[in-house]
Amino acid sequence: MNNSALQEQFAEMPQQKEAATLGMWTFLATEVLFFGAMFTGYIIYRSAYPQAFAEASHHTLVLFGTVNTAILLTSSLTMAFAVQAAKEGNTRWLFRYLLITVVFGVAFLGVKSVEYYKDISDNLWPGPNFKAGLPPESQIFWVLYWIMTGVHALHVTVGIVLLSIMALMTRAQKFSAAYYTPIENSGLYWHFVDIIWIFLYPLLYLIHRYV
Amino acid sequence: MNAKPKKIYLRVWIALLALLLLTWGLAEINLGPFNNVAALGISALKTLLVVLFFMHVRHEPKLTWVFVCAGLIWLLIMVDLTLSDYLTRGDVLATRESWRHSEQPFPLREPTTKTEGHE
Repeated sequence: MNNSALQEQFAEMPQQKEAATLGMWTFLATEVLFFGAMFTGYIIYRSAYPQAFAEASHHTLVLFGTVNTAILLTSSLTMAFAVQAAKEGNTRWLFRYLLITVVFGVAFLGVKSVEYYKDISDNLWPGPNFKAGLPPESQIFWVLYWIMTGVHALHVTVGIVLLSIMALMTRAQKFSAAYYTPIENSGLYWHFVDIIWIFLYPLLYLIHRYV
Repeated sequence: MNAKPKKIYLRVWIALLALLLLTWGLAEINLGPFNNVAALGISALKTLLVVLFFMHVRHEPKLTWVFVCAGLIWLLIMVDLTLSDYLTRGDVLATRESWRHSEQPFPLREPTTKTEGHE
C-alpha cells in the first residue's frame, strides 16, 4: 500500500502529497475568482441600489439561512474529524465521519429546497410575476440570490458526490495512514464550499435587518 | 498527542457557531455603516479559522501559503479594478435610478428619446 500509491514522477510520499495539496489550492484559487466575479457584481449593484437591496433582503428567510449556516459549519467539523481519522489510519471512523458529513450536506440541500419552494411561493423569482410592492431594482438582488445560492448548491452537490466516492473507496481499503491525499483534498473542497456560504449568509440574509 | 487535534477542532467549531450568532445578532442592531464592517469582518474571521485550522494551512509549508494568498490577492485585484471603474463613472448606473420614477421601468430596448435632465 505504501509504495503502490507513489507515482513514478515523485521521489517520495511527502513530496507527492505536497504537490497534490498545492494543486488543490491552485484549483481553489480559480474557484475564488469564479465566485469572486459574482461577489463583484453584487458589490456594484448593491452600491448602486442600496435601498432596493435592503428591502429585497428583508424577504429572505433568515431562520433557514442561519440554520443552514450552522449545518455547513458542523459538516466542516465532521470533515476535519474524517481527515484526522484518516491521518491516524482509523478507516472505520473515517468511513463514519464521511457518511455523517454527507448527511449534513444532504440536510443543507433539504433545508435549501424548502426555502426555495417558499421563495417561489412568495413570488420572489424575478420576472413579470415578481412580487408587487418592491422597487424594480430589488429584482437584481433576487437574480443574484438565485444565481449565487444556486451555484453554491451545485458545489454542495458535487461535494456530496465526491465524499460518497471517498466513502466507497474507504470501504474498498484504498486508504491508510500512509496514503489519504484524496480524503485531504476532498476535505479542502468541502471547507471551501463552506467558506463561500460564510460570505453569502450575511450578504444575502442580513442587510439592514434592524429597519 | 493524537487526541489533541480533535479538541482544537471542537473549539474552532464552537467559535464558528458563536460568531454565527454574533453576526445574526449584530444585524438586528443599527450600527450605521459598521453593520457592513461587522458582517464582513466576522465572515473574514470565520474564514481565517476554517482556513488555518480545518484546512490546516497553519501546518503547511510556505509555498502553500503563497498559493493560498494568491487566490485572495487576485480577487482583490479584480474587485479593486472593477470598482475603480464603476465608482469613478457615476453615470454608468446612476441614470438608471430614474427608471423607477419613469413611465416604463426597466426598458427592454434602448429608449428612442434620451431622457436628459435626470441626474
